[in-house]
Amino acid sequence: MKEVLRTIVKHIVDNPEEILINQKEEGQSTILELKVAADDMGKVIGKGGRVAKAIRTVIGAAATKTDKHVSVKIVD
Amino acid sequence: MERVIITGKTIEEALSRGLEELNTTEDKVEYRVLEEAQSGFLGLIGRKDAKLELIKKVDKKEKAKEFLEELLEEMDLNLAVEIIQDNNEKDALLNITGDDLAIIIGHRGKTLDSLQYLTNLAVNKGKEDYLRVALDAEGYRGRRKETLENLALKMANKAKKTGRKVMLEPMPPQERKVIHAILHNKSDINTYSVGKEPYRKVVIVKE
Repeated sequence: MKEVLRTIVKHIVDNPEEILINQKEEGQSTILELKVAADDMGKVIGKGGRVAKAIRTVIGAAATKTDKHVSVKIVD
Repeated sequence: MERVIITGKTIEEALSRGLEELNTTEDKVEYRVLEEAQSGFLGLIGRKDAKLELIKKVDKKEKAKEFLEELLEEMDLNLAVEIIQDNNEKDALLNITGDDLAIIIGHRGKTLDSLQYLTNLAVNKGKEDYLRVALDAEGYRGRRKETLENLALKMANKAKKTGRKVMLEPMPPQERKVIHAILHNKSDINTYSVGKEPYRKVVIVKE
């Protein structure tokens, strides 16, 4: 799941080498903590959170084949 | 991005050799002359070859396809992507086909819309000449349009019969446009939208 998130984000940000993703398992859910360069924060969140929402929707679809709930947290 | 630096007796010769090396055609590259050819004295002394730098232009439609293929593979979905070719430079239509179509379409196309939005961002990142990418999944868009048009006509009848406002559920802009368009020429019906995105919805009223 980590790689799905990385694939999306690396094509959107200006500094793909600064992407950090930390995967945590908590019972039935997987939490992906995404960290990007400070300049790229706006790019992964988007106006009114539009980009973040689209990323979460696609990650959610990727998770349908597994029996886990996957959430994406953007951290700074 | 692929690039080569190539030499030849003339610029033309260097260019054609470079194209051969990149396995491409002239319209798909940009080139810069690094050194002009010099014929020298009697074509013998001081003769210099022309030196060119060739850069292969990225085809944005190809890029959209590659991005989607990479992503769908990472998602472990059995799906293929094809570019529906047309000669339009500003718009691209890509079609997704395969077994896992339902997953990629999502509830009322929500996943397909998100994927379309992300593909647009990925393809147009920091580049000029904006390419608008539209995604379809084995004719899903067409079927959805038909469903919306039927709904619109049904609800317009309801509005006429009851004389009351009929409020539809929230829809994305493209879907609201379909509703407005089909009811536009009905003289006894009026439509407008209320609310803020993404909860904006169409209201149908009797004139």
